[in-house]
Amino acid sequence: MTDHTVWDYAPAPESRDLANLKPAYRMFVDGEFVEGTGEPLKSINPGTEEVLAEVSTAGPSDVDAAVRAARRAHEGPWGSMRGSERAKYVYRIARLIQERGRELAVLESLDNGKPIRESRDVDVPTAAAHFFYHAGWADKLSHAGFGPDPRPLGVAGQVVPWNFPLLMAAWKIAPALATGNTVVLKPAETTPLSALVLAEIVAQAELPPGVVNVLPGAGDVGAALVGHAGVDKVAFTGSTEVGKLIQGQLAGTRKKLTLELGGKAANVVFDDAPLDQAVEGIVNGIFFNQGHVCCAGSRLLVQESVAEELLEKLRRRVSTLRVGDPLDKNTDVGAINSREQLDKIRELSAAGEAEGAERWTSACALPDRGFYFAPTIFSDVHQSMRIAREEIFGPVLSVLTFRTPDEAVAKANNTPYGLSAGIWTEKGSRILWMAQRMRAGVVWANTFNRFDPSAPFGGYQESGFGREGGRAGLEAYLDV
Amino acid sequence: MSEHRVAVAKTYKLYVGGAFPRSESGRSYPVTDHAGAFLANAAQASRKDARDAVVAARKAFPGWSAATAYNRGQVLYRVAEVLEGRREQFVSEVRAAEGAGADEAGALVDAAIDRWVWYAGWTDKIAAVLGSSNPVAGPYFSFSTPEPTGVVAVLAPQDSSLLGLVSVVAPVIVSGNTAVVVTSEERPLPAITLSEVLATSDLPGGVVNLLTGRTAELAPWLASHADVNALDLTGAPEEARTDLERAAAGTVKRVLRSPVTPEDWTREPGTARLRAHLEMKTVWHPTGV
Repeated sequence: MTDHTVWDYAPAPESRDLANLKPAYRMFVDGEFVEGTGEPLKSINPGTEEVLAEVSTAGPSDVDAAVRAARRAHEGPWGSMRGSERAKYVYRIARLIQERGRELAVLESLDNGKPIRESRDVDVPTAAAHFFYHAGWADKLSHAGFGPDPRPLGVAGQVVPWNFPLLMAAWKIAPALATGNTVVLKPAETTPLSALVLAEIVAQAELPPGVVNVLPGAGDVGAALVGHAGVDKVAFTGSTEVGKLIQGQLAGTRKKLTLELGGKAANVVFDDAPLDQAVEGIVNGIFFNQGHVCCAGSRLLVQESVAEELLEKLRRRVSTLRVGDPLDKNTDVGAINSREQLDKIRELSAAGEAEGAERWTSACALPDRGFYFAPTIFSDVHQSMRIAREEIFGPVLSVLTFRTPDEAVAKANNTPYGLSAGIWTEKGSRILWMAQRMRAGVVWANTFNRFDPSAPFGGYQESGFGREGGRAGLEAYLDV
Repeated sequence: MSEHRVAVAKTYKLYVGGAFPRSESGRSYPVTDHAGAFLANAAQASRKDARDAVVAARKAFPGWSAATAYNRGQVLYRVAEVLEGRREQFVSEVRAAEGAGADEAGALVDAAIDRWVWYAGWTDKIAAVLGSSNPVAGPYFSFSTPEPTGVVAVLAPQDSSLLGLVSVVAPVIVSGNTAVVVTSEERPLPAITLSEVLATSDLPGGVVNLLTGRTAELAPWLASHADVNALDLTGAPEEARTDLERAAAGTVKRVLRSPVTPEDWTREPGTARLRAHLEMKTVWHPTGV
């Protein structure tokens, strides 16, 4: 309707060479990079479908060896080390991530498909910040409110997803090390590379062998790890479906478990919200990281009186998003991480159309090769539709409307999930009223998708339990 | 010769939604004292009673969780006051249930009363002790505040009929959760008498619901119930614990496992139980002019 021009941009690709890509990567156990006994996997660049590298994977005996190495390290140097010394090792990791920031950012965008702007400005610096923040806790745990001498749990088995490969590894490893645990980490099958460079960093930081071990592989490696009798603590970030399996698998054991699972966040826009600002927040909420975000604002709830106006502004803005080469600094939306995920997004989008929602898809150009999905907005969405209930984990927004604040709260909370929520309004008392009533672990008001190591993050209900970040996040790794 | 007066025996019923219904199943089971002598028939709650109790607890949750901490503190303190007034009755019931001597039973009842006082003082301190203002690296104000998890199913300890019960129920409701409690199976009578105290202490109906009956029969329904947010396995039968945890995984319930070694209920509790039934909520807002 409204006239607008999409400006042409000259390509501004970041150099692929910065990633120092190697033809083959090996797992990291007991301070050494070694071949695994599992079937090697090929990590794909989802932006081009080219093979990036071959990665050795762990077999059952490797899981056992890694857990034993972690146990030895815990009973040996790491467990008996003073917190002040442990802290300095964790600080070293933070600094090395900063020093190798460009390399990590390019590698992450190659392996994951996320825009270089995001890996450079969000993933890598926030990963470094997590190590820096938690390092400071290592010698201050007696001040954390968990008693005079809170003890670590022992060996932590950690399984992380493919959407923020390095950042999720940092969220897991940093608090575990700061509290005195040792770690066996399994990165996601489709994105193992940055965790293995993080292992190089751990080696460069001269951590004692076995304190951090990294085992690439598929779900079977994760299942073997969390089920290993030598693991004291399990931390998982991923789908609610797998989270339930892990919780069930751990039934009857004494392992401490924390889960950070899926979401279907409501992003609620009231009629008094500054709409242009809200549009930016909505776009960030659902198109950040291709919508591969567990806390994505995937259900937009708009007050009826401004719904049409907001939708028009939103479509206009979304039509300017540039989808394409993850390494191009102008790219807003990169590649979908895998063909499997692309198929899932297509399937749920088709269900949205079949169930009668109105589909609008950006007319943006898509590259010929690679896994891409154009930003899509469904309006006329009803609560019973799959696209309003199920986590799509892609650049697809479902728009529903409401009339009263009570209705907004009821619709926002009408989900088994409870990870995050958004509120857009100029009225302060309404923000706090809504924030109290929304059953979600993180509430962003007049902003969205903000993360900080000092701010606890985690879900209500089927979005999982336990927190990551802040003083509250330490509890997950302490025997308290 | 003066005529002997016949005592009025109490009918022990369930406590659900602030009322005292019999089990919808019509079942009851005999309860004996420590020496095996008959004390009373207790209602034997059914699956449907458990589901009714969850409905009552869910209905009570919005009001109780939104009550001010000051209000919740006064209600919990009121429970202690009313309990103190009926101390002798509880001493006699605990003696019968647990076979304790008069002094020991008296000490247990005193500890139970004091436990309510201890928790009453926590309501308005939890947020200050566990919450935080988060110094994030950007122009935002961020704070984290603990909130109640929701409806908590509690399998009360089998041994400690009053002090153990109070020690698992109070940390659930102190922060605004509501509870469905399966009492000690063999020693349920002090729990039902406690419900009379709760009903007359301004505790809104449905905040605590007490079911007497067979723990092994009721627990699986509560462990798998989709509207139960958390499960306390303290009094779960040993052989059922793994299955109950597995059932709880179906809706990602928070599970408080039974302790490795039997708990000493007379010790000061600490905050572990209280923390087990909390969710941390982090709120962000930009700063600027």
